[in-house]
Amino acid sequence: MIADIGFITLLTAFLCAVYAIIAAAYGIRKKDDRWVRSARNAIIATFPLLLLAAGLIITALLTGDFSIRYVSSVSSRGMPTYLKVTALWGGQAGSLLFWNLLMSAFTATVMLSKWREQKELMPYVIIVVGMTQVFFLLLSTFIEDPFARNVVIPADGQGLNPLLRHPGMIIHPPMLYLGFVGFTIPYAFAMASLMSNQQSDNWIHTTRRWTLIAWLFLGLGLILGGRWAYDVLGWGGYWGWDPVENASLMPWLAGTAFLHSVMIQEKMRMFKMWNMFLIVLTYCLVILGTFIVRSGVISSVHSFAQSAIGPLFFAFIVIMFIFSAYWVTKRHDTLRSENQLVSYLSREAAFLYNNFLIMAILAVVFLFTYYPIFSELFTGEKGFVGPPVYERALAPLFAVLVLLMGVAPLTMWYRTSIKRLGRSIIWPALGSTVFIVALFFLGVHLWAALLGFWLVTFSAALTIMEFVKGTRARMRKGEAPWTAFNNLMARNRRRYGGYWIHIGVLIMAFGIVADGMYQTETQLRLLQGESITLGDFEMRFNGVTRYPGADDLLITEANLDLYKNGKLVRQLTPKIELYQRSGQPMTIPSARSTITEDFYVILVNWEPTSADAATFRIFLNPLINWVWAGGLVFVFGTIIAAWPEREKQRVRARKPAIAVAGD
Amino acid sequence: MLQTVTKTKALRWLLLAFLLLLLPAATFAQQQITDDQVNEIAKDVFCPVCENTPLDVCPTVACHDWRELIRTKLAEGESREEILDYFARQYGDGVLSNPPRRGMSLIVLWILPALGVLLGLLLFSRVLRGLRAAAAEAPASPPPRPKSSTGDPTLDDYISRVEKEIED
Repeated sequence: MIADIGFITLLTAFLCAVYAIIAAAYGIRKKDDRWVRSARNAIIATFPLLLLAAGLIITALLTGDFSIRYVSSVSSRGMPTYLKVTALWGGQAGSLLFWNLLMSAFTATVMLSKWREQKELMPYVIIVVGMTQVFFLLLSTFIEDPFARNVVIPADGQGLNPLLRHPGMIIHPPMLYLGFVGFTIPYAFAMASLMSNQQSDNWIHTTRRWTLIAWLFLGLGLILGGRWAYDVLGWGGYWGWDPVENASLMPWLAGTAFLHSVMIQEKMRMFKMWNMFLIVLTYCLVILGTFIVRSGVISSVHSFAQSAIGPLFFAFIVIMFIFSAYWVTKRHDTLRSENQLVSYLSREAAFLYNNFLIMAILAVVFLFTYYPIFSELFTGEKGFVGPPVYERALAPLFAVLVLLMGVAPLTMWYRTSIKRLGRSIIWPALGSTVFIVALFFLGVHLWAALLGFWLVTFSAALTIMEFVKGTRARMRKGEAPWTAFNNLMARNRRRYGGYWIHIGVLIMAFGIVADGMYQTETQLRLLQGESITLGDFEMRFNGVTRYPGADDLLITEANLDLYKNGKLVRQLTPKIELYQRSGQPMTIPSARSTITEDFYVILVNWEPTSADAATFRIFLNPLINWVWAGGLVFVFGTIIAAWPEREKQRVRARKPAIAVAGD
Repeated sequence: MLQTVTKTKALRWLLLAFLLLLLPAATFAQQQITDDQVNEIAKDVFCPVCENTPLDVCPTVACHDWRELIRTKLAEGESREEILDYFARQYGDGVLSNPPRRGMSLIVLWILPALGVLLGLLLFSRVLRGLRAAAAEAPASPPPRPKSSTGDPTLDDYISRVEKEIED
């Protein structure tokens, strides 16, 4: 029953989206507003339909309707209720349905909020957004139908993949999807602007906040993914340059380049073509990212052919790329720069350097991520690339980027004199040099670490100076310090929000350098009652308990006392969680976490029979909490930058491409 | 005659005793290899079963066996390079997280990025120069500098920048 209604709902949504594209195109051709409005209503209608479809799947998951294949593959009777709900994105078919739902929610929001304001663009926006929606609905309805039935109804389901039962993994996919889906909106407006031949930066202004929010969610998704890896995967780190991680990092990088380079277009009316390219690239990387994650193409070229999803995705990416390239070339004469570069030492040049570096990083990540495919195609043998290879290639690029992050905001539009720049950077440069000399005497001797710390401190000092100078400038006009500081940000959310983001990234970078260079680890076997001393720490192994957990979980938990300088600071309980049905073990670490370091323990092995001994792996992660703290500042900054301000009256030359009459 | 027999017998016993003495010494040598030494190498080898998972964190039996193989080889006195080389020869370069510089990995991981960055720099500098050349032909007029009113040109300039951006 649910399966039938569900399928019909999905099919209706699919037909609505197809109709919306046709009606919008016809309306543009006939210059008939009724068709355009009908197209709008159809594309908006996909949202309630998909909401119903998702609701039906959730109902089936909650009631344990194992006649539906998806339900039996990702849930089981014993699973807690919240996991049954989040199992919606715990598997392939459900994830795609969820993607569709978020996409339609974004589309409906943009249709309802921008309809009056952007009447000339909207018919085209419907077409572009509709194409993406139609493709994903095609997958959901015909290839990966979440409502497909089981031939034999099982008594119980297989349960959700253990790895996906962690809170981090429950929030992480929706964040990433929101980011992915969000970038479709600026892309659609960019294309609509070309298709309607609206020769203005209107699309950038209209979608600025959408882009920022998509970028925020993608960034948040990346950070949460890292946190999940740290808390659940139990290897002592947070980022492993896994293809799936890279798949979401790449659109984020392209989006970062775009967010910076649109500022040149807004201010100088330059690089319009480049910005078009960047938004197209971001969109293509979003689709490619979904494709990598969903098709499993990186793990094996063969799985590409096995699932029907692979070739379809590939075809769609090619179609959208050709579609975008066609419109960009067709309108390339309208994308000319209206200004020139006056000096290599100017804000606009600095943005270009930023773009160059980000593109280089993106290219390297892209090449290394796809290396297994090259390798398998040409040598028939899988070949993954591990963190050392990425770090070797990317470290210098990131180092220059960090430097630029500090210096670029000091430059001015058109040109900046070296003397001016020198005056502004001399004290921060000296200050950070003193800082690393101090670090050297405190025992930091690795030159790479010292260089990294210098760059980060230098850039952070420059960024903080920007706040100080701005606040002082306002104070000279008679404002109290705190008011001046607040007004500075309130009046210029984008700029100072951006600086907050920079500070967040720099805090993260400080933690990344510290942990990357000075992480220490050891693995050892302890008998019950034995202790081990590591630096200031002493860890005592009290014993192991074994007890059943929720569902079919068997938990083996070690009990440890952690002393620092002889004082008991924390009880640690690293666990091995075994899902008995699937036989899949998970090593859940336990950590004593402070702002200076994490004492992170994994229970590797327990030998209950021979002796009451257990093997532990211990990581000392210095400053790792800075990574998460920096992440919070990053989110704070993005919210400041995206916070709605009263729309200023902008006089824009609008050239309506089609006369859409009435409302 | 009898004496010689006893002598050889005694020699045999002595030899056996010596061997028995050696045995714990050999196992002792193997125990000397710590988990840390094994992990140091295992970190850079990928699990043969799971994708993209380093050997040191993988809980599968296959990885356990490979770790023990590393331990044995270390006990036999092989160096890190020799062991990594053994895995590469036996199972292909793909099992190493930092593949040796040959064949496919040389092209994709070294030559292509280097070429790419070089080409990118070349292209980028040409674009920049092109933009500058255009500027030389038709110089854009920079905004007039405001007159100093506070005596500090840097700060003054900054105020005007802040104010200008507020007005924008």
